[in-house]
Amino acid sequence: MTSCFEKIKNGFVGYFGNIKRGFKPKYYINYAVITLFLIINIISQPKTSTTTLLANIGIAIILAVSLNLVVGFLGELSLGHAGFMCIGAYIGTFISNQIFNTIGSKVVVLILTMIIGGLVAAIFGYIVGFSALRLKGDYLAIVTLAFGEIVRNICMNIPAFGGAIGLKNPHRYGNNLYIVAFVMVLVMLILIQNLIRSKHGRAITAIRDNEIAARAMGINVTYYKLFAFVLSAFFAGVAGVLYGSFNSIIKYGDFSFNKSIEILVMVVLGGMGSINGSIIAAALITFINTFLQNKLPGDLSALRLLVYALILMVVVIFNNAPALSKYKDKYSLSALYKKIYAKITDKLYAKHPDKKQAIIKDDSASWSSIPTKIKMDEVLSTDINTSETLPGGNENDIDTEGKRDE
Amino acid sequence: MSDKIMLKTEHLGITFGGLKAAQDINLNIKEKELYGLIGPNGAGKTTVFNMLTGVYKPTTGKFYLDGEDLTGKSEETINKKGIARTFQNIRLFNNMSVIRNVLVGLHNQPQFRCSPFESMLRFPRHFENEKAMRDKAKELLRIFGLEEERNNLACNLPYGKQRKLEIARALATNPKLLLLDEPAAGMNPNETEELMETVRKIRDEFNMTILLIEHDLKFVSGLCDEITVLNFGTVLAQGTAEEALNNPEVVKAYIGN
Repeated sequence: MTSCFEKIKNGFVGYFGNIKRGFKPKYYINYAVITLFLIINIISQPKTSTTTLLANIGIAIILAVSLNLVVGFLGELSLGHAGFMCIGAYIGTFISNQIFNTIGSKVVVLILTMIIGGLVAAIFGYIVGFSALRLKGDYLAIVTLAFGEIVRNICMNIPAFGGAIGLKNPHRYGNNLYIVAFVMVLVMLILIQNLIRSKHGRAITAIRDNEIAARAMGINVTYYKLFAFVLSAFFAGVAGVLYGSFNSIIKYGDFSFNKSIEILVMVVLGGMGSINGSIIAAALITFINTFLQNKLPGDLSALRLLVYALILMVVVIFNNAPALSKYKDKYSLSALYKKIYAKITDKLYAKHPDKKQAIIKDDSASWSSIPTKIKMDEVLSTDINTSETLPGGNENDIDTEGKRDE
Repeated sequence: MSDKIMLKTEHLGITFGGLKAAQDINLNIKEKELYGLIGPNGAGKTTVFNMLTGVYKPTTGKFYLDGEDLTGKSEETINKKGIARTFQNIRLFNNMSVIRNVLVGLHNQPQFRCSPFESMLRFPRHFENEKAMRDKAKELLRIFGLEEERNNLACNLPYGKQRKLEIARALATNPKLLLLDEPAAGMNPNETEELMETVRKIRDEFNMTILLIEHDLKFVSGLCDEITVLNFGTVLAQGTAEEALNNPEVVKAYIGN
């Protein structure tokens, strides 16, 4: 008995000891910001309109970050994310309508439906991924796009799901559902960030960077592609369940192609492969969307779709135009973040400047540390005759590449 | 060099439609040997490499690594069994840092096994593995003189160092046989000299058997214990560097009549 207790105790000490040892403030800042945001909102007791907005933001964050796992980290373009959300929403609401009266507890029903909705979406993700992940680029995008449309049309035609009128959902969870949404955001962030910052995350990013080399390094490409795809579908399903729980009626039109594109815009806007970027972009776009819907009168509210395009164009130009790079270094969010981070670490490590150095250095590459020391005399002394080996190399290369593509 | 045969190919060949890209290739590579594969452009050297690493499935013949038949296995399986390669055109994971490139190479080592769920929930094993993997990767980078650059992006390294990193990454998979596809391509004489030293060092320090493709005949004759010359997918000559290169058939293939 005592040995068992000690084992658990040692396990706990080891677990938290390990977390402390690998602690990098940079990696945990998004958890802190989201928790703080949630606490402030709970204390201030917002109005109904604000809670709706908050819940939508939470759902959008889950969708954007989970899509980023596939688009940004795995490097495959998926346009069927709304389809997985649709499955989650319909299944979750349907099940909660069935079992709510027998179980009675709101929290239990919500957790149960989230798990079931997520799992069903994950199963569909597995089926789609298993057949479609052999395809590349545009073809995968077309198949996932078709999947999204097929799913929502099937859902429309199932009588138990209410047909074209939509599935009714008695608004039984109240306005505080946004708290659940943000707790789910935190759970998802912990799981996905931990995955990305492990050997499995490295394998996934290696597949994105160079699939042939990843295969040659013995990485099971099919397994990791499916894993990322299924995990992404699971969280899309969970977001769908939350969406279903929050709305009084679920219409199949909510999960159209436009919804998938909206999520993709969030991912692209925030930067592919950047989780914090996805969070910020998801919150921003949802906020702008709701704001414009309320402010623009009548038919003009359709104009808000134009704003997406404008924002996307401005961000892409700001990030890529060489003429603007000076301003980008000065005014971009990452520059602001770096400034704040430097100030905090200056204060934290005022007594141990050497420690501070270690934390800044022990990070992935920054553009300022590119080795630019090219030894000119070595370059100039290169024997020009060695170029005869190069054409042969190139020719063989084309040979290899062409055959692989067949 | 011992007498144990590490790689043995028997009548290995592949056809693409009517094109016989490689035919009747018989190689016997002993343990700790430096073996060269040369030939004019389009002779089928890279095709042989692609068969040995599972990119292509040979249509005829078999090959054995350390006595084990690996014909027709997938790329992942062959890598796990102990054949690692580098590429003719460098294929690094460009958007990842140098140390991460090597860590990807360490992915399949049995001592670092850890399921995705253990990593997602941060089980103690994850931390132990990560630390051990990082130490191992740093050690490998130190041998190749890349320790200082370990946090730079791989695409920002100079050309020669990218080549070295590719070799380090291949060695991280703990192979029995290392295949180097034109390691000296595009290097200047000084770099080539340095590379020869590196390859010798790898053979001695890691007890590695190495099979390499190279166009630079000085490099091959200075380094390899034995070579095979290919032309139009068939073996033209085999033997020590001196024997093979003085073979009249080989001279004819390279220079003409």
